[in-house]
Amino acid sequence: MRNILAIADRELAAYFATPVATVFIVIFLVMQGTLTFNLGNFFERGQADLNPFFTFIPWVFLLLIPAITMRLWAEERRLGTIELLLTLPITQGEAVLGKFVAAWLFCGIALGLTFPFVITVNVLGQPDNGVIACGYLGSFLVAGAFLSVGSAMSAVTRNQVIAFVLAVAVCFLFTVASYPLVTDFLSKNTPVLAEIARRLAVIDRFQAFARGVIAARDIVYFATFIGFWLFVNTVLVEQRKAD
Amino acid sequence: MTAEQRPTLNPPAPNPPALIEIAGLTKRFGAFTAVDTVSFTVAKGEVLGFLGPNGAGKSTTMRMLAGFMTPTAGTARICGHDVQTASVAARRALGFLPEGAPTYPEMSVTGFLRFCAKIRGYSGSELGDRVSHALDLTGLQGVRLQPVETLSKGFKRRVGLAQALLHNPPVLVLDEPTDGLDPNQKHEVRALIQKMAPEKAIVISTHILEEVDAVCTRAIVIARGRIVADATPAELEKRHPSGKLDDVFRLLTVANKDAA
Repeated sequence: MRNILAIADRELAAYFATPVATVFIVIFLVMQGTLTFNLGNFFERGQADLNPFFTFIPWVFLLLIPAITMRLWAEERRLGTIELLLTLPITQGEAVLGKFVAAWLFCGIALGLTFPFVITVNVLGQPDNGVIACGYLGSFLVAGAFLSVGSAMSAVTRNQVIAFVLAVAVCFLFTVASYPLVTDFLSKNTPVLAEIARRLAVIDRFQAFARGVIAARDIVYFATFIGFWLFVNTVLVEQRKAD
Repeated sequence: MTAEQRPTLNPPAPNPPALIEIAGLTKRFGAFTAVDTVSFTVAKGEVLGFLGPNGAGKSTTMRMLAGFMTPTAGTARICGHDVQTASVAARRALGFLPEGAPTYPEMSVTGFLRFCAKIRGYSGSELGDRVSHALDLTGLQGVRLQPVETLSKGFKRRVGLAQALLHNPPVLVLDEPTDGLDPNQKHEVRALIQKMAPEKAIVISTHILEEVDAVCTRAIVIARGRIVADATPAELEKRHPSGKLDDVFRLLTVANKDAA
């Protein structure tokens, strides 16, 4: 635990020591703001909720989260610091978890900085703040899910661009898995896969949170999803660390 | 590694105890054998110079010893801990300077060393003392608040060295510790290694043959993944009529290439 925290602490400081943190947070807030207020018709709808905000957030994450994770392992390998990190008295699992926790906390900070949306909607009307809190929890879990995928993809290669593209592709697959485009195609050919795809989709789970529903099975889903990808991440680091 | 094999690979009853034991260590990359059944032990008080041309397998052997690379065959032990099966215990007893002395560029020297010390299990004032002691040993006090990326090559190397010495480990494995240092700094690092030598088992790899004379009690020459000589520097010098290590090195490593 102590090792995980030491690594997380170092990683989190590294985000803020470079322009990565500022650029990410500014772009994230600008994108969320533009999409919510313009495309989402936040004002014209005349409803006191954050639905437009939560509609767009998985898509913004899909684009931006791989940008955080692409450097996690690829950069360690490029700099050679992976040799230093993994010869310290820690297990590879601790290193993987430490990096993940730092990235997740960082996303939490970025998400927290969207608080003006909450203030705005509370000034304009009487929203159900429970639903909003629930939506935020869902957003945080989606961020964790995408981060775990991105972190694993970063361990595949020493090239950050490849890590980014792979992460976007895999996250996209899990996002659209329940869309009619995918499920219709699958049910025509292999109906079993269509059902599996629907259950694996990130977006459906998230939409439950955005509606204000916290179901135990959705929490289990996210925990399993993140756990699985972090396990893949650990295996990939072990296999490819010295390549 | 079976029990009946082990006695033949370790010299009988080494006294003082062997802190590094390598037996039949082999690493293959596809069809290429980078390290071929390398076996040796290093006892407390020994400074082993690891010599060989580029690509001979020095760094690969050191990476396997540090538990970073998984050997294709053979075992490596540090203070009795197998680097594969008891890797965390082995790494606790090890100070390792990887090839090229990698460090996190955006961190300050102190920040980097504090991170390493935290991982090494230190906290509070002891952590501060450890970091400060390592800074003193490597002469880094003057630059301790600078980001590592702004430092010269020699200072970066010393940051890597400070990290390896931080926890006063019984075993030190240093891959080219004096590469990129100026003559004065080289002298300081050698003096430092000599000062620590009686308490530790130290392996250093180097291209600088005079360094072997200066600090090593024993030298292993490796070529094409195999050990071609294992002797004291004085004994090695006798293997060529000129009595120079340069000539011995060429004789051993070039002759080996022709034979293969």
